[in-house]
Amino acid sequence: MRMSTAPDVEKIILNVAQIMIDELKLEDVTPETFDPQIDLIDEVGIDSMDLATVALVLRDEYAIRIDEDDYPKLTSVRLISEYISDKLADRADG
Amino acid sequence: MITVSSLLDSEWHQRYKRISKLNIRSSIYDVTNQCNLRCKGCFFFSSGEDKAAVEEKDIKKWAAFIDREKERGVNLAILIGGEPTLHLDRVEAFYRRLPTFVATNGLIKIPRDRFPNLMLGISLWGDENDEKVLRGKDTFSISSKHYEGDPNVYYLYTLTPKQIGKTERIISKIRDAGLKVHMQLLSNDEGVDGFSWHPEQLEAIRLEMDDMLDQYPNTVISSKYYHEIITTGKMLGRRFGWNECPSVTEPLDKRNPRPKRLIEFIRWASDLKTMHRCCTSETRDCSSCKDGAAHMSWVMVNKRAHIRTTKDLQNWIEVYEMFAKLYQFIPW
Repeated sequence: MRMSTAPDVEKIILNVAQIMIDELKLEDVTPETFDPQIDLIDEVGIDSMDLATVALVLRDEYAIRIDEDDYPKLTSVRLISEYISDKLADRADG
Repeated sequence: MITVSSLLDSEWHQRYKRISKLNIRSSIYDVTNQCNLRCKGCFFFSSGEDKAAVEEKDIKKWAAFIDREKERGVNLAILIGGEPTLHLDRVEAFYRRLPTFVATNGLIKIPRDRFPNLMLGISLWGDENDEKVLRGKDTFSISSKHYEGDPNVYYLYTLTPKQIGKTERIISKIRDAGLKVHMQLLSNDEGVDGFSWHPEQLEAIRLEMDDMLDQYPNTVISSKYYHEIITTGKMLGRRFGWNECPSVTEPLDKRNPRPKRLIEFIRWASDLKTMHRCCTSETRDCSSCKDGAAHMSWVMVNKRAHIRTTKDLQNWIEVYEMFAKLYQFIPW
């Protein structure tokens, strides 16, 4: 059985949402009301430069690297959070 | 939080989705320092950029350079000069490797058997009289014969203040030649008498551009929001200038804070080592720059600023679609 010390995904979701709101200056939304499933490109209008900005903050926050090649699959706060969780789990296992 | 679907009906949302994931990454390349014209107001020669670097002549080095550019993530090569068609081997090196656009004066006909789908933008500076004053000859009479009916060619019609009230004749000639046209404004870098814009002239030409788009929707590739932006120099209450320009060469961009900008954009000189500051010349006053592509890009990189009202977002979509058509990312 794989043991992990990574924080759970729900906590990461709230943190990622807060970082998105702060870095991209999103209005009328809080981490709690940010729909983690919403498509960031098709609905929120985030572009690759926005994602690069957020990725830098997440890198510092979680000490993980987010490859630019992975950007196309990181289309929601939930998917970003699961990606971070997996990276943290891999590191904890490693 | 305002979302895209809350602002758009299904038709507009489909248009948005068609372009939202294109992720265009362009860079600009001086193919050569030479030209077969010497136009008054050409930023390349008036700023001395033709002497900024010694041209690389080894085609193998061009090929290796373009491969590195591709690895860097560039997916649109915009070739300028000088006149790129003076060196078709270099143009071909790009064309074989990357989506490529060539800005040309159209005096040399590109062989279509060698470059079947290459997109060309032919420069046109006003009518016959303006062309003779600014470029020394009427290029339209030559270029329109070279490319009549070519689906991968459009005119880059640079409007001058002297064109007010006269654009329809040019637009209809282009239509009759079976070609498309995109309009931009002369920046008059060399201060040729009578060719600098006054505010009332900019208002007049904006209305005329709108009118041409309404009258010739199948010929004119443009949008009214773009007309507003290039004639007023303003977008959403912000003024275009150095602190806003998206088309600054990234490794030379020391602005702090950095504005929204084109990712990894570089304008390379023809030695393949020297970088120019931006998509036009360093000597140009950014506050009065009328560069059409820079203004289009300014809108495009500021997408979220346009997710404000339905009209704002529709304006953004129309400008993005215009750019995507002009560079073959979506069909006419």
